[in-house]
Amino acid sequence: MEQKTNINALEGKQDLTITREFDLPVELVYKAYTEAEFIAQWMGTNVLKLENRNHGSFEFETSYEGNVMFKANGTIHKLIPNQEMVRTFEMENMPVGVQLEFLNFEKVTEDKSKLTIQIIYKSEKHRAEQLKLPFSYGLNMAHNKLEEVLSIQQ
Amino acid sequence: MKLRRDVFQAIADPTRRTIITLVAASAMTPSTIAENFDYSRQTISKHIQILTECELLEQEQKGREIYYQLNPKGMKQIADFIEPFRKMWDERFNNLETIMKKHQSKLK
Repeated sequence: MEQKTNINALEGKQDLTITREFDLPVELVYKAYTEAEFIAQWMGTNVLKLENRNHGSFEFETSYEGNVMFKANGTIHKLIPNQEMVRTFEMENMPVGVQLEFLNFEKVTEDKSKLTIQIIYKSEKHRAEQLKLPFSYGLNMAHNKLEEVLSIQQ
Repeated sequence: MKLRRDVFQAIADPTRRTIITLVAASAMTPSTIAENFDYSRQTISKHIQILTECELLEQEQKGREIYYQLNPKGMKQIADFIEPFRKMWDERFNNLETIMKKHQSKLK
């Protein structure tokens, strides 16, 4: 079965490409990326600031049980409604650094669309840090779970 | 975890990446590998050692010579790294799809 989300990360490069096909009109995918209400829902983050225009900027903040877990910010360099967005994205205090993102919104049919995101990192090492994130996160979760189980048994 | 992090450190170095590419084409002895570089034989040996420790290369004894070849196990680890990242995005986008479909049905 073909996967809906694909990652293309060639060895020795400092960029990667994410592609995804949606059972949604392109306008709605674009909306999900440009309206605070929807970003908050699908990314599970608070949108502190969002200026949808060329040279506008944004700030996201994610909290868990009252503590700020994660902050991100960036500048929107270029915006063409329902077609294209070029922006920077930076997770604060993370070794990934600033990344440059080229988002392409493409209409496939009236209710199908395709999103292609090319992300460029400062170096291949920075890209590796990004790839490692969900991996170590998953491992930490498993570890915490294990500790939980063990402490209950005691 | 330590081992996997090492795999990434191993391939972050351009010389080691070149060694992987060379050995991928055919198994080689350390001296054949070293001939491809301007560095000392000792420097190359160090790189080979790191790659072997990270299980990216493996040794094979052929007569009196030791040959190095790719270790499929280590190479698979690199590919496996991408999978959690892909899954994370897949879940996020599934979320986006569900939320926007709900919104779409409200619009109709």
